[in-house]
Amino acid sequence: MKYRHKRTEIMEGDLTPMIDMTFQLIAFFMLLINFSEVDRAEEITLPSSVLAVPPEVRPDYQIILNLEPAGEVIFEGQRQPIALLNPIFRRQITSAAREGVADPGEIAVIIRSHEDTPTGLVQELIAKCQESKLQSFSLRVKEQPN
Amino acid sequence: MLMRIQFSEAEDLKLNMTAMIDIVFQLLVFFILTFKVVVMEGDFKIKMPLVTDAPQTMTEDMADMIPIRLQAGVNGNIASIIVDDNVSLSDPTMYQDLTKLIEERLASEGNLESESETSVEFDIDYSLKYSFTVKAIDAVSGRKGPDGVKKLIKKIQFKDNKKNG
Repeated sequence: MKYRHKRTEIMEGDLTPMIDMTFQLIAFFMLLINFSEVDRAEEITLPSSVLAVPPEVRPDYQIILNLEPAGEVIFEGQRQPIALLNPIFRRQITSAAREGVADPGEIAVIIRSHEDTPTGLVQELIAKCQESKLQSFSLRVKEQPN
Repeated sequence: MLMRIQFSEAEDLKLNMTAMIDIVFQLLVFFILTFKVVVMEGDFKIKMPLVTDAPQTMTEDMADMIPIRLQAGVNGNIASIIVDDNVSLSDPTMYQDLTKLIEERLASEGNLESESETSVEFDIDYSLKYSFTVKAIDAVSGRKGPDGVKKLIKKIQFKDNKKNG
């Protein structure tokens, strides 16, 4: 009796569609990744508004100040009491001037305040900015869907 | 001398994909884990001119200005809204009432179009929670109806307010 030995072969699935799909997923996530969130402090819960609209054009120079209910301002990841913000503003004004925004009044100050912050603290922050001749203010809120 | 040339069997060249698939999956996991749904944010512009020591005189701007006082109650919640120093709103519908008042005021001035020159100055208690302030700003800025947004006041400012409440 004769036995024939079949050659054993390694079965390989076709991986091409899976790799295609994976690359498309990576492209999707890469396009959606948002590096601009550096200025957004996670701790801040913004009040919501039906009418506020996202700004159509980005200001030439902006300072984003995150205000906590206890009265501390988070700026570029660092916490500072409102009273000690003047050196930061001076640095920002110098930096804005280097980028062509010579008038401090043209620097957009965006205030991201927690919804439970006493409004008096927001006003204190505005007054502190005014001491450094900053006068263009925006109150940032989250859009409330209907 | 006879030379023998041996032809090797033609074989399919196969790249080893394992390493690439590994790294691709790692990238995919990284992006999935760092992915966050970003909530859309919007701005309310407020006008805060620099405070000068010069005594304030009655200007045209001030004549077209509606003073609104927001009074804080317990725990920084809103207690009442006083418009023009004489109309007091304290019902649960105070924000809708405020919008109606502003609409009526603008209509009486024949100024209901969106580019109104009338401004609002908020005098706010120190302890009032910011969310209530934003609601009031929302109420004077416009109204969202089925036919879209009707804009009311564009010029909003805060009264200089020291710790008083």
